[in-house]
Parts: sequence; C-alpha cells; structure tokens
Amino acid sequence: MDNRQKWIAFTTIVRREVNRFMRIWPQTLVPPVITIVLYFVIFGQLIGGRIGEMAGLPYIQFVAPGLIMMSVITNSYSNVVSSFYGSKFQRNIEELLVSPTPNWIILLGYVAGGMSRGLGVGALVTLLSLYFADFSLHSLPVTIGIVLMTSLMFSLAGLINAVFANSFDDISIIPTFVLTPLIYLGGVFYSIDLLGDFWGSVSLINPILYMVNAFRYGMVGITDINIAWSFAMVGMFSALLFFVALNLLEKGSRLRS
Amino acid sequence: MSQSTAPALQITQLTKEYDDGFVALKGIDLNVAEGDFFALLGPNGAGKSTTIGIICSLVRKTSGSVTIFGHDIDADFSSAKQFIGVVPQEFNFNQFEKPIDILVNQAGYYGIPAKIAAERAEKYLKQLGLWDKAHVPSRTLSGGMKRRLMIARALIHEPRLLVLDEPTAGVDIELRRSMWEFLQEINEQGTTIILTTHYLEEAESLCRNVAIIDHGQIVQNTSIRELISQLSKETFILDTRESLDSCPEVECYPLKQVDTSTLEVDVDKAQSINALFTALTEQGIDVVSMRNKTNRLEELFFDLVAKNLKEKANG
Repeated sequence: MDNRQKWIAFTTIVRREVNRFMRIWPQTLVPPVITIVLYFVIFGQLIGGRIGEMAGLPYIQFVAPGLIMMSVITNSYSNVVSSFYGSKFQRNIEELLVSPTPNWIILLGYVAGGMSRGLGVGALVTLLSLYFADFSLHSLPVTIGIVLMTSLMFSLAGLINAVFANSFDDISIIPTFVLTPLIYLGGVFYSIDLLGDFWGSVSLINPILYMVNAFRYGMVGITDINIAWSFAMVGMFSALLFFVALNLLEKGSRLRS
Repeated sequence: MSQSTAPALQITQLTKEYDDGFVALKGIDLNVAEGDFFALLGPNGAGKSTTIGIICSLVRKTSGSVTIFGHDIDADFSSAKQFIGVVPQEFNFNQFEKPIDILVNQAGYYGIPAKIAAERAEKYLKQLGLWDKAHVPSRTLSGGMKRRLMIARALIHEPRLLVLDEPTAGVDIELRRSMWEFLQEINEQGTTIILTTHYLEEAESLCRNVAIIDHGQIVQNTSIRELISQLSKETFILDTRESLDSCPEVECYPLKQVDTSTLEVDVDKAQSINALFTALTEQGIDVVSMRNKTNRLEELFFDLVAKNLKEKANG
C-alpha cells in the first residue's frame, strides 16, 4: 500500500467509528452528558455550596475540570473497547485482518475513533459546565495538550482490553473495577493536600491524578502536581500502551488462530 | 518469480499445529494455475478451512510457504492480500451496517478512493441482486442475501484470486444455480476461483481441477475429468412403463426393485448398458426413463477417504 492508500484506509476506519457512535447516540452521547449534569447539580451546586472553597477556588470550579476529564477518559476508553470487542464478537474484524491495511493503521484508526468520541463528549460537557460555573482559561496549550494525550492514552488502553476480552463481561470489568476507582481517587473531587503525607504519596501512583491536575491547571491555573511531570507521565504511559497494543495486533493475539 | 508466470496460488510443505496440539495440516503442497476453477474437497475437520485461513492470513501457519501470484504472504503480505478475495463460511460482517456501507468500507481498507468504491459497490450489489437492499441494515437480509453480500464484499477490490469457503451452504437450489452462473461468469473474465464445498455436484459442475484433503493431507490432486474417469461403476435408477410383480433377473446386472415401477442397477464401467436394455426388452419390460442414483463424484470421494483411513489403520 502506498501512503495515499494507507490514508484512505485510516480515514475509512475513523469514519466508520464516528458513524457507529453517532448512529447509536442515545447510548453513546446522551448518558455521559446526563451523568455529568447530575454531578454538576449535586456536587457543584447542592453540596458544593456547603463545602465552600477547595484549593482557593469555589468548589464547582474546582470539580468542573475533573468532571470534564472524567467524561473524556470514560468515553475514549469505552468507545474503543466496545467497538473493537464488538468487531471481534461479530467477526467483522476479519474484514480488516484480511486486507492489506497495516496493523499500525488499524490501531491508529480505532484510537482516532475513540478520541473523536472522548473529545466530542468532553466538548459537550465543557459547554454544559459553562452554565454551572465561570471559567477563564488559564493555558490553552496545556488544556488542549493534556486532554488530547489523555484521550489517546485511554483509547489505547481500551483497545488492549478489547484484544484480551473473551466476553462482554470482560469489557466491563476494567472500567468498573479499575477505571472508576482510579478516577474517583484521582483528585477529581478533592485536592490531595487533604489526604495527608502518606495517602497523598500513595495517590501519586495513580496516573489519572496527573491528567486531572494538568487539565485543572490549564483551565483554572491550580495544580497539586508539577505540570511537566504530568505531561511526561501521560506521554510515557501512552508510548508504552501504543507499543503493547501494536505488538498484540502484530502477533495477532486472540485475533488470528 | 515473475508475476505473469507465477501460479495463482502455490502452497509448499504447509503445516499447522494448533496450540492444543492438534495437527490440522501435515505438509501439504498445492498449485493452482491462473484462471483455474479449483475445488478443495474434504470431510469436516480435514483441513480445508485451516488452509483457507492461512491463505488469507486469519490463521498463522506453523511452517511452509504460501505465495499468491508469486507474492509471499509473509514477506510481501501487502501485495499478496491485494490479489486475494475471501468469502468465509460464517457470516462475518457487522449486522448493524448497511450493505452499501460494508462494501464501501471494505474498499477503503484496500485503499480504494470513496468515489470508485461507491461505483463498484453499486455494480456488485446490482450483479448479485442486492441493490434494492443496499440501504437496509444487513441483519434484515435473508441467509442467501447475506451470502451474496459476502461475495460482493470479496470482489470489491477486484481480486485476481477469489477463495470461497462453502459459498452455497444453506442456499436454496434456485439461488445456488444463479450463484454458480455468476461465479462461472467471473471465472470466464479471468478471476481464478478456489472453492470448498460439501456439494460435490457443485465441484463437478463448476470446477476443472480438484484436490481432496483428508486428515491434513492431500490424498488426490487432479482434474475433475481424470477423477471421474477413476470411477469403476455407476448406479442407475430405471423407471418402467408397467408395474412389475417381481424383480427381473439379468445376468451380470444386479437389479434391485425399489418399488413396483422402479429398478436400481449397478453397472460396471467396462459393461455396456445397451445389453441391459436388450435383456429387459426381451422380458417385456419397457424402460421410460433413467437417471444416476448418486453423484458420481460423491461416490469416488467416499472411496478415497475410506481408502485413506484404511491405509492409516494399516500403518
């Protein structure tokens, strides 16, 4: 395949992925938006008003970046894991496997599809958050950079999960028992200063803490973590996951007998 | 090897051992010439689908080599895959997508621009009688339509080698005949076709050459004509004008009475069938029609597989 053919193959996968989640928008776009609105209403307005300030900010301004990031993470991940596993389950992944499309194009296509949904839902949630909280963007490059890298990283993780999954149960185990606890303990709702030295240090092994803090820094200018370190961590994890995912596709693990 | 002289498919010492230790292929060699209509026959579990899986890279081979028009599937997989189209045994498309989208997307995976992909999708959906279903979810198609959709999908990048794994399984007779005509047409236009089938009549009607695979080994690789010439006898059904009270006896022709006006007879290849008619006429029996009892190729196929089993049993 020449470069033009590879580009056509890549855009075909991305277009198909976007069409998929747009076709089933009541399942893919509406629920995360409703969930986040409920978070804004309950944690931001009803409870947030009684909490007062967190790290020097009104509570709703503090949690809003974390809630946006939460929707980006969960939607990037769930789009790729459900789409790729669905293709394995229906065996239409074979359409790609018999074609000359290189594995790295297949990987990038699925990841771009996941990022499209993650960033699309993130944009919707950001627009809604403007109704509940006032923002003045602190750093556009940091905000855009970290949200892109986070979406990339969790799309890659979703694909790895899908490759290993043997049933629909297997694609919900990681989001339920790993992703959700990491998000909730990743500084979305509180500053790690509240945890004390020990639990604050334990929190540092949670990669989501770095993403949420970098995003919060980009939006409102406060962070518990060094921003350069945040980018380094997310970049490192993304590179690692990319090579793991590509290796799985190259080997044909659980895809070719 | 130059592309023009290379066979459409060349398999050399191909082996496959699955993770559970099952050896599906035990070093098979196979050559299919360009333009051929080739049948790969064998009982269930013989290794047909494994062979096809390896050719289209859905199954990883253990050893050996496979080339498509001279392009090795490992060293030059991109070119090799451009030349081959595969129609699998099981439905393997997204049942929620529309046929037109399935075809256009498949073309995209081969790097075909959207405009050309759309034109080809229309062409093949029309040729296979699916154009009026182009925009409905594919899960609503009948079994025969789904099978035709998979043929259209395999042709969208206009491969020079088309491999079909049991393409007419579960398809009614009328539809099967129309699919045969379509396959013959594209073969006449130059596409090499390899077919696996359980319907041996299908292989006899369509194919010029055949390989029979059993227990992971090729037990016969020849032309259909040559294969059929190996038959030692045929069984015929004779319909008589009048009802018969008892089964007539004719020397050297073991007749059996099926019902009052139907006889069955095994005729050795060396025997003349005229002598049988003469003898029956002398007994006042008028035969009004005659047909083969079983598919000739089927009979031979079972003989070969049984022979292979016997040889294995004898070590």
